[in-house]
Amino acid sequence: MIEPQPVTVTVNGARVRRFVEPRVSLADFLRRDLGLTGTHLGCEVGACGACIVNLDGQPVHACLMLAVQADGMRIDTIEGLSDSGELAELQAAFHARNALQCGFCTPGILVVARDFIRDCRASGRRPTRAVIRDALSGNYCRCTGYEAIVDAIESVAGAAPMREDAA
Amino acid sequence: MSAATDSPTRLREKGRYIGHGLPRPGAKRLLAGRGRYTDDVSLPRMLHAAFLRSPYAHARLGAIDVSEAAGMPGVHRVLTGADFSAICTPWVGTLSHFKGMRSAPQLPLPLEKVVWAGQPVVMVVAETRAEAEDALEAVQVEFEELEAVVDLDAARAADAPRIDADAPDNVLFRTRIESGSTAEAFAEAQSVAVDLRFGRHTAVTMEPRTTLADFDPSEERLTVHQSTQTPYQFQDLYARHFGLSEARVRVIAPDVGGSFGMKLHVYHEDMAVVGASLLLRRPVKFTADRMEAFASDIHARDHRVRARLAFAPDGTLTAIEVDDVTGVGPFSAYPRTSAVEGNQVVRLIGAPYRLTDYRADLTVVAQNKVQMSQYRAVGHPIACAVTERLVDLAADRLGLDPFEIRRRNYVTDDMYPHTTPSGYRFEKLSLATCLSRLHDLMDYPRLRAEQAALREKGVHRGIGIATYVEITNPTPAFYGVGGAHISAQDGCVLKLTPAGEVQCAISITEQGQGSEAIVGQIVAEGLGVDRDCIRVLTGDTETTPSGGATWACRGAGIGGETALQASRKLKRRILEIAAAILQAEADALDIREGAVTNADGTPRMTLKELANLAYYRSDLLPPDVSPALTVAHHFAPRGYPFAFTNGIHGSLVEVDAETGFVTLLKHWVVEDCGRVINPLLVDEQIRGGVVQGLGAAFFEECRYGETGQLLNGSMTDYLVPMACEMPDIVITHVETPTGDTELGAKGVGEAGTAAASGAALNAVNDALRPLGASVSQLPMTPERILMALDVI
Repeated sequence: MIEPQPVTVTVNGARVRRFVEPRVSLADFLRRDLGLTGTHLGCEVGACGACIVNLDGQPVHACLMLAVQADGMRIDTIEGLSDSGELAELQAAFHARNALQCGFCTPGILVVARDFIRDCRASGRRPTRAVIRDALSGNYCRCTGYEAIVDAIESVAGAAPMREDAA
Repeated sequence: MSAATDSPTRLREKGRYIGHGLPRPGAKRLLAGRGRYTDDVSLPRMLHAAFLRSPYAHARLGAIDVSEAAGMPGVHRVLTGADFSAICTPWVGTLSHFKGMRSAPQLPLPLEKVVWAGQPVVMVVAETRAEAEDALEAVQVEFEELEAVVDLDAARAADAPRIDADAPDNVLFRTRIESGSTAEAFAEAQSVAVDLRFGRHTAVTMEPRTTLADFDPSEERLTVHQSTQTPYQFQDLYARHFGLSEARVRVIAPDVGGSFGMKLHVYHEDMAVVGASLLLRRPVKFTADRMEAFASDIHARDHRVRARLAFAPDGTLTAIEVDDVTGVGPFSAYPRTSAVEGNQVVRLIGAPYRLTDYRADLTVVAQNKVQMSQYRAVGHPIACAVTERLVDLAADRLGLDPFEIRRRNYVTDDMYPHTTPSGYRFEKLSLATCLSRLHDLMDYPRLRAEQAALREKGVHRGIGIATYVEITNPTPAFYGVGGAHISAQDGCVLKLTPAGEVQCAISITEQGQGSEAIVGQIVAEGLGVDRDCIRVLTGDTETTPSGGATWACRGAGIGGETALQASRKLKRRILEIAAAILQAEADALDIREGAVTNADGTPRMTLKELANLAYYRSDLLPPDVSPALTVAHHFAPRGYPFAFTNGIHGSLVEVDAETGFVTLLKHWVVEDCGRVINPLLVDEQIRGGVVQGLGAAFFEECRYGETGQLLNGSMTDYLVPMACEMPDIVITHVETPTGDTELGAKGVGEAGTAAASGAALNAVNDALRPLGASVSQLPMTPERILMALDVI
């Protein structure tokens, strides 16, 4: 076993210093060392997307990297992105549309959706439902069947409805 | 959304809350990352468990050497089967109403044999999960591999190795249902037949199973934080199997990250964690990782169903014969058994139709795979797919449209109450109404015209429909009569607080479907208060009354009625106090928008004023008027054994005949769950259920090798439906409330799963029909479709 290493990261705006065993994943570090339990572990192989956080502003799987690799970097989790209000629009849309049930996948989906909407707005693009569905290709949801999630993101993205039905 | 086609006795109109698609108050917490799932709970002195699992599907256990592991850093204890057999009584997954059923007794860890690959064998308890896993590497276990029983049919062969050496064969349960004479019916009729196979799949809850047990020897008190739907059931089980006082066992189910039936069964790891906490007198936590989830969560389905349907030349369906063989793993699950799945298959087949003769055989077979048991829509998808495939085949033979053959053969509105040949009693269904509603909703003639035009261009579209009948609101007829300690009643304690707000503690539980939200709506409606002033508590055996919890589509129907009647009771109490204060007759008063009013709505006093008086100035009340503002109410359904619901799905698919890939273009659902309490939540239950059904139809399968190894036990290998593969799902409702309750609600959680795969099976076969091919195995993978087309 390798001895714990010093790690300094900026988490949700606060500078944090800890000694961490090199084998500890970023996800375990956030959950266990920092108590940021809003980051969830669903598969630990980067398939389900429940652990996605922002690393220097970009979504990453916290289960796929080691905490020591994040040394010197900025991490924003669901807790920080909520407190700062950056997710408020999406959270309101998800709530109104009931785009979550058990909520386990939700933090990862919100981080991905925020990034997606930021890209859409930067490019002036109004995404179709198919494009939104494609953007969620790294996120599993077992409860909703995805449609409400697509609806909620679509409403925030301001996209023209592409549905065939008016039901 | 349709208007009600029928009305129950008292709750006639759409209320202020009931019937409205209101968002869930509890969802905001989850959206902010403030959910509290079991693995998020940490306790002082908490230790972590890891399990060494059998690499063999079937093996005799030899010597186990834990000496090196026990001395490794952070390790507190290494436990094996013998450590637990001294403190935990075995459990047996049988019920007395399944006559002749047997299953091998189970202990937390095995003593002599392992019976599936992935079975926990040795438990290490250490300071951290990583240290526990490090120590597992140093445990030495001798296994003597035995021949594994894997395939369903092979398990029944006369020379098959026996999984339970004390048993005569690998059959755990057999039953036959017979009504009329199918032999005579088939002798003089045309018939069609199917031989359908349904693969194993599994729940894949996003949150894996987690259990944190905390035994305090000073009070002999056990607290278990557990990701489960059924805390009261586990309170009873832990007390009985570990010889503890039930009143000192507390089970808390905090936020649960999906369950779908999977988290209400007893798992060996749960019992081992509780046992380890008793032995170590400290909190012990185990969280399954995803590989462990695939290898130890219950799997679902696994059937081979041979069936045939007899019909007259005029299109009248007359008789069905069924032979269902289902593989359930090495033993039957506890405490609900692994026979319920098959039992519901053989009792639900043919249920929507007027049949004169019916015969069904069920054989429940053991195999060296992980246990199979109840998962969302238990048995329904199998019964639906078998029935509806047979009906489509008959329609094809007769040259009838699928809508027409169903219209001619459904149980009709003048037949209720109706008893099926298998003995199920229907209070009232809306089969024909749903059928015609679906016809309109799909714009069926346009779809058929479009299909024909596209076929000219070599595009193979398929349209499939599937009717379902669903069991909801079960009475003790389900489990209680068989001796299981599984409650069919629910309890609700309602309290008007001194500030005039409402606390509601109820025994149904929340896994994201919105149980707490609908209970809040019902109490607000029943009491006449604002929903925002109601706090609903669930999932803790110490703070809520004992009840059945949430499973088998009972939460809204039974729990909802409990909440409604409790709110009526509290309202009477409030008005009795108000009458004394206001010197009025209680019957002449009402509660509206949080205030006691005259019958005409004129406010007389706020609930806060009333509660303040009752709690702090009870001296002002007449001596014969109690100041109590807490009421308890329990409700158990006593009418029909089950409240059956019905509905119909439509599926539109496109099959690529060169690649075998199927594109799901659209899915429609017309469903009737009685009174709809919250259409927003009902629709999302249906959509989620449909997608789980489509997963089983096209993607999800637990694949095993010849030696019983699970070949795809990871999220990268096992295909869960994803956003880009799923269609939009159009839903509409017919409402036929049950007259057994004032609320009139039936269940809806399984309606989506019950018929989605059946509709998809019919749609794919409709697409393949002009190509002279058909599929008869789920999931309908590209490989199986290409094999059906003789391409490979």
